[in-house]
This record gives sequence, C-alpha cells and structure tokens, in this order.
Amino acid sequence: MTPKLPIYMDNHATTPVDPRVLDAMLPYFLGDFGNAASRSHVFGWNAERAVEQAREQVAASIGASGREIVWTSGATESDNLAIKGAADFYRDRGNHIITAVTEHKAVLDTCKRLEKAGFEVTYLPVERDGRVNPQAVADAMTDRTIVVSLMLANNEVGTINPVAEIGQVVKARGAIFHIDAVQGVGKIAFDVASTNADLVSLSAHKMYGPKGVGALYVRRKPRVRITPIIDGGGHERGMRSGTLNVPGIVGFGKAAEISTAELADEGKRLLALRERLRLGIEARVTNTVLNGSLAHRLPGSLNISFAYVEGEALMMALKDVAVSSGSACTSASLEPSYVLRAMGVPVEMAHTSIRFGLGRFNTEEEVDYVIDLVGQKVKKLREMSPLWEMAQSGVDINGIQWAGQH
Amino acid sequence: MAYSGKVIDHYENPRNVGSMDKEALNVGTGLVGAPACGDVMKLQIQVSDAGVIEDAKFKTFGCGSAIASSSLATEWIKGMTLEQAMSVRNTQIVEELNLPPVKIHCSVLAEDAIKSAIADYRKKQRGSQAQVGV
Repeated sequence: MTPKLPIYMDNHATTPVDPRVLDAMLPYFLGDFGNAASRSHVFGWNAERAVEQAREQVAASIGASGREIVWTSGATESDNLAIKGAADFYRDRGNHIITAVTEHKAVLDTCKRLEKAGFEVTYLPVERDGRVNPQAVADAMTDRTIVVSLMLANNEVGTINPVAEIGQVVKARGAIFHIDAVQGVGKIAFDVASTNADLVSLSAHKMYGPKGVGALYVRRKPRVRITPIIDGGGHERGMRSGTLNVPGIVGFGKAAEISTAELADEGKRLLALRERLRLGIEARVTNTVLNGSLAHRLPGSLNISFAYVEGEALMMALKDVAVSSGSACTSASLEPSYVLRAMGVPVEMAHTSIRFGLGRFNTEEEVDYVIDLVGQKVKKLREMSPLWEMAQSGVDINGIQWAGQH
Repeated sequence: MAYSGKVIDHYENPRNVGSMDKEALNVGTGLVGAPACGDVMKLQIQVSDAGVIEDAKFKTFGCGSAIASSSLATEWIKGMTLEQAMSVRNTQIVEELNLPPVKIHCSVLAEDAIKSAIADYRKKQRGSQAQVGV
C-alpha cells in the first residue's frame, strides 16, 4: 500500500510543528495576546507567565536554569550573538577564535566578519568521519584564544562531535565554549554541565516547534557575559532587546518539553527506522558509500553517496519524497557541499550524495516505499549514466583526462 | 526552484538514451564535462555517407537540466546535416526548456557535446581517407 504522498524526509532542514505544540500556542494569538513586557495589566502578566514557563521548559532540556536562557529569533541570531557578543566582551583577553570548517554558515560567516574586524580565526579540519578531534582543539589553542565554537551535531551528515572532551580542553585553557546544538538537542542526550558549555544555540523549528524563534543559553556560574548585538528596550537582561514572540516562545517551550520527555523512546524508534532505510538501500543498490561516522550519528540521519548518479537528478527522480543533496547542482553557488569536501569525500562523490533526515512523523511504510523507489531510480539513472557504463566495462574513470576539468 | 514540465518530461520519457559502437567509422563520439564538476555528457551520432545525422544517442551524469539538455540535443540533430548540427546554439536549448540562469551551463555543455561528436566523426573520416590514400 502506498503511503500518503509527498513523503517528508528532510527533517534537518526543518520539522513540522507537532499538533500538541500548535495547541499550546493558539491561545497566545487571540485571547492572551499581551506583550510580556507590559508590567501593569493582566494581559502582560499572562504573557509573561507563559514566557517564564517556556523558559524553564527549554532550560530543562539542556540541564540549565531558566535564568540562563535568552530568547532570540532563531539559531542564526543565537550564533551571531554568542560569537560576536563574547568576542567583543572578552577582547581585552585576546583576539583568537577557534571553530571548524564544517560549521553552519551562521557560525562561519560570523567568524569571517570578525576576521575583517581584526580577530584571528582558526578553522579546524575534521577527521574523515566528520568529527572534530579534541587534540586538534588543544593544539590550536593559544593564550590569546577567547572563544571556541563547535557544533554538537552536523546538519549535513548527522555526525556528533565529542563535545564533552572538547569542553574539558577549552575549560582547561580558560576560553569561552560555544556550542551550536541545534541539530542535537531534543534528539540525543545533552547537558551544559557535562560539556562545560558557556553558550549554547538552540532552535525551535528543528524540534517540531515553530520557525522564527530560538534561544541562547548563557552560563551564570561562573558568569559569562556577552555584548548584545541588538540594542533597544533592554529585554532579556539587556542581552537581547525586542518584544518577545510570545506564541513562538510558548511553542518552543512545549516542543522542548515533549522532546525531552520522549527523547529515549523516539531515539530508539528513529534509530531502528534509519537502520531499516540504510540496510534496505544497501541491499538494493551497489556502489553506495555512507558519509560520516555510523557510530556517532544522530538517530534519524543518513547521508549516502550513490556512485555514478548525480544527486539532483536522483532527487528529481524521487519525486514525492523530500530529501536534500550535497551536489553542486543544488546549491546557488554551484559549489558541492563544503562539509563533505572537508571530510575528504571526493568531489565526484559529493555530487552523488543524498541526505535523508527521518523524524517523529515518519513511518516504516514510508521507509519501505523509499527503499524501493531509490532502488528503481538509481538503476534507471545508472542506465543513463556514461560513468556507470565506463565502470561496468572496466574503464578506470580516475585515469581519464577530462576535457571539462576546471 | 520547481523543475519545468519539459525538463521533467525529458527525464521521465528520455529520448535516445543508449550507446553506439565507438569504433564504427560512421559514428562520432563526444565526451564532455568532468565528474568533478558533476556534469558529464556522452553524445554519439551515426552519420550517413551524405553527411546527414541518421541517429543520435546520449548518456548523461548530471542534474535534471543536464539530462534534458542532452536529450533535447539528440532529438534536434537527428535528420540534420553536420553543418546544421554545428549551428545548434545553447540559447535555443535554454529557451526550449525554460532553463533558469543557474542552469544555463547545462545547455552550453550540450552544445559542446554536439560539436565534440562531430569533431570526432570528422577526425575519423580524415584518418580513413588518409589510409585509402585519398
């Protein structure tokens, strides 16, 4: 029986809002629509109470206290605030920042802007499995290092960084440790104590909450300070001015509460589903490569290269299934995925990669349908592929002098 | 970016996918692009003694627009003389398939593939004429 189409398997890009989250949000649009900063009447008090409850819910999801949570418009803003804010506040202690080549653009572009402003940035490489080596962090640190920013889990390949070990390295040298935890929180166990995190970026729409709202954890013990990047009415203890997105925040809180409560069970379910997808594809299709560590990977995440078949063509063939690809053809810049390249994936294999992101609402039926479809479509595209033809007749593709190489 | 209906049509109902005998004297083979770029097109033509393209086949490693561009190219050049095929322009392919700016390079590669196949055919013809002492 065909599952309902289209099927969504791109949960790293965004997630649907959980109906329970939407229910929690609705009252704050019509009846309880007050501004949480309106201190003098019941509309404001109700909004404020809801915001404070959400604050505790989000804090609990990372083992923090509500007073350490700052609301933002999303993780991109949180990344900007964390890195620019800490770099500026602690600039008297040094001007060196460490990050990795595989970070999200919100971190990389922020670092590039800081370089223009006179900071020095080290972009660490990653191992072939996609993870940062804590020793590499230790080796890169100097007495001028003030901020280290490394993600918990990568959005493209799903690999998980050894953030606890990295945290120990950073703490031993006394720099500020920022973790972009967007892809990991709500999916795997994470807490600020065991990772020595000083700043943590979070996003609602990656955990079945609404888009347009995020948070930044800012450690209080010992106290971490940041210079705000938005000036105004002094909201969020002066760290982030602007009227709070009350319904969004309420939704975020509910999403965090649900994810925390269901983390273990959902993790098991998604892992089983993901392995079903992976093993199903590997049984049906030859010449596939898994990109990134299998062991240290988010439960629902899969990034596979299908040799001799280009990623965008495969996505077009998998119509009615939403996934994404590391192929150059899918990027506006026509560059293949910089994350896959940083992991040492050969360029031609980067062009053949497909990212599957399974989530809360995916089913076994959908997985089985996709396995079958992938099997059929890869076969069809390989029949149309001159590279597959060459490989089948024993030609060494790597030995050819390609006319079009640039 | 949604795919244009024509691009999807060429993928779902590909015309002229296949291979000809590379060694045959009346076959020209063009191979353009590079795996590292994510685009490789192989386009082959079978040419009559009168210099007319009797048949054309293609295989492409590339996105939907690249597949459609090369498929369209083989459709168009069948029945053309070599001179006519040499004057197929990538801009005509762009117009026919409604390719967006970011995909224009796919049409350029298809034009290159045609020219490359014709060049290969001509080279083989010169070579065989030399052997016969013409």
